[in-house]
Amino acid sequence: MAKIAALTNTAEFSVTELSAALKRTVEDAYGHVRVRGEITGFRGPHASGHCYFSLKDEGAKIEAVIWKGVHGRMRFKPQEGLEVIATGKLTTYPGSSKYQIVIEALEPAGVGALMALMEERKAKLAAEGLFDAARKQLLPYLPEVIGVVTSPTGAVIRDILHRLADRFPRRVLVWPVRVQGEGSAEQVAAAIDGFNALPPDGPIPRPDLLIVARGGGSLEDLWSFNEEIVVRAAAASMIPLIAAVGHETDVTLIDFAADKRAPTPTAAAEMAVPVRAELFVEVTGLSRRMMLCWQRGQERRRTELRAAARALPAASDLLALPRQRLDTASAALPRALRASSHAHQRRFAQASAGLTLNVLRAQLALAGHRLDAAGERLSRCGRTALQQRRERFDALAARLQTATLANLQARRHHLAREQERLQRLSERSRRAFTVAIQQQRARIHHAGQLLGALSYRGVLARGFALVRDENGAALPTAASIAPGARLMLEFADGRIGAIADGEPSARGVQPQAMAEPQAKPVRSAPAKRAAKSSDQGSLF
Amino acid sequence: MADTDDVKTLSFERAIEELESIVRRLEDGKVPLEESVAIYERGEALKRRCEELLRAAEARVDKITTDAQGQPTGTAPLDME
Repeated sequence: MAKIAALTNTAEFSVTELSAALKRTVEDAYGHVRVRGEITGFRGPHASGHCYFSLKDEGAKIEAVIWKGVHGRMRFKPQEGLEVIATGKLTTYPGSSKYQIVIEALEPAGVGALMALMEERKAKLAAEGLFDAARKQLLPYLPEVIGVVTSPTGAVIRDILHRLADRFPRRVLVWPVRVQGEGSAEQVAAAIDGFNALPPDGPIPRPDLLIVARGGGSLEDLWSFNEEIVVRAAAASMIPLIAAVGHETDVTLIDFAADKRAPTPTAAAEMAVPVRAELFVEVTGLSRRMMLCWQRGQERRRTELRAAARALPAASDLLALPRQRLDTASAALPRALRASSHAHQRRFAQASAGLTLNVLRAQLALAGHRLDAAGERLSRCGRTALQQRRERFDALAARLQTATLANLQARRHHLAREQERLQRLSERSRRAFTVAIQQQRARIHHAGQLLGALSYRGVLARGFALVRDENGAALPTAASIAPGARLMLEFADGRIGAIADGEPSARGVQPQAMAEPQAKPVRSAPAKRAAKSSDQGSLF
Repeated sequence: MADTDDVKTLSFERAIEELESIVRRLEDGKVPLEESVAIYERGEALKRRCEELLRAAEARVDKITTDAQGQPTGTAPLDME
């Protein structure tokens, strides 16, 4: 190493050595700096509690970090866009060739930045309703105990106590707090809450009224009274609260949350109590007026009494007039009685005169008239009703007649049509009948001819004879003729009786067979013919 | 006779308001005699109450003493200057 160093005459570092050297240089040179810039890219507080952001101006940007412990103590919390003056030290971060400022204190740069912050906070708290007029409490007229939240030293508490003593000495409880710098907001808020938390009849008397006071100062000096924690405590106070922070022109957010804002601490003392001497005068004055009034009232009553007593008339005077009225009245009594009975009599006479048969008659006549009128109306009604019914009947009858006529007409038409149909049909049937008769007649004729042609008479006409027994039954076979049997021979032109020859025998067949020959000698030809015909007959 | 016991507990403001109203009624002159006696007596009591409250003005000034947690523990005379 020494060899190379000798060669180049330049020291050679490792990266770590170089970084460490740079770190030392930077930290030595910028161990305590104040830098002004705008907060940008604010990230945090992280879970670790640290905050990371950048400070920038028109030309440059530097990374910044606030460690957790520092952030917790900070009066002004870093906020995006806020222009601040940061106090801290520069350090490098060897791992990535970066440097940053580790901030130990932060203050807003200039009044403008603070005013902007305050306005923003005011708008936020107003939106929550903390400044609503409806939340304001009335101050007690004469508080017994006054709680003062302020610094125990300095002009403010002295001014308040002096003014209180001038006007109306009261019991005063001072809750000492820091009124500016770190932790002051927390102390003021704790004092307001602490007074409110006192029990009404504990060892420490609970104030009827609170005054939160601080003397004048710059906006930064008064900043504690713009902190949310103080504003919220003032708004939440159940004890009426007067805010007296700064001079008349100074405005802090606690002024809006307080029940009353005093321009100065002295003014707050004036608001807190009335002037005792004036009250003495007032009470004495009232008491004197009361006494005078009462005395005057008594005097007036006495005067009235005297006047009334004087005006009281003598008893005889009081009685004279009624006496006279009594006399007059009693004198008038008999006359009045007579007049009264006369009047009654007259009314009776009038009434009885009116009470005659005429009254009844008139009523009767009236009733008769009403009856007549009613009868008239009744018959009129009857007639009208009858008329209406008749009209309805006529209308219905007319309708019925029309309907009947129409019906008849329809039927007549129908009948005519039917007759026509009937005539046609009978014509057709007559024709058909004639034809059928002719046909039948032809058939009968034909059949007759056929019958004639086929009849045994036709055979007879050709010279054959039909043999019958004596009962007229045809004897078709010779065997059926017993000898000696009476026969009947039928010829075409008539019948003639015959007797079969041979002796009548008991034998059936033989005599019959001999009957023909017996008959033959009588009428041989006819017998032959008969035999023939019987032969022929058997042909049938 | 008029009951004046409650007057002893009235606040100054209440007492002086009532005293004023009594004075107004008496000045009107329309109060019957008996009632005027009663309210006059009450007015006297109210006046005494007001004066008593006005006389009881004590100029005592204490400061709150707190423990380590900031809780009030008691009072101690405030020493200024």
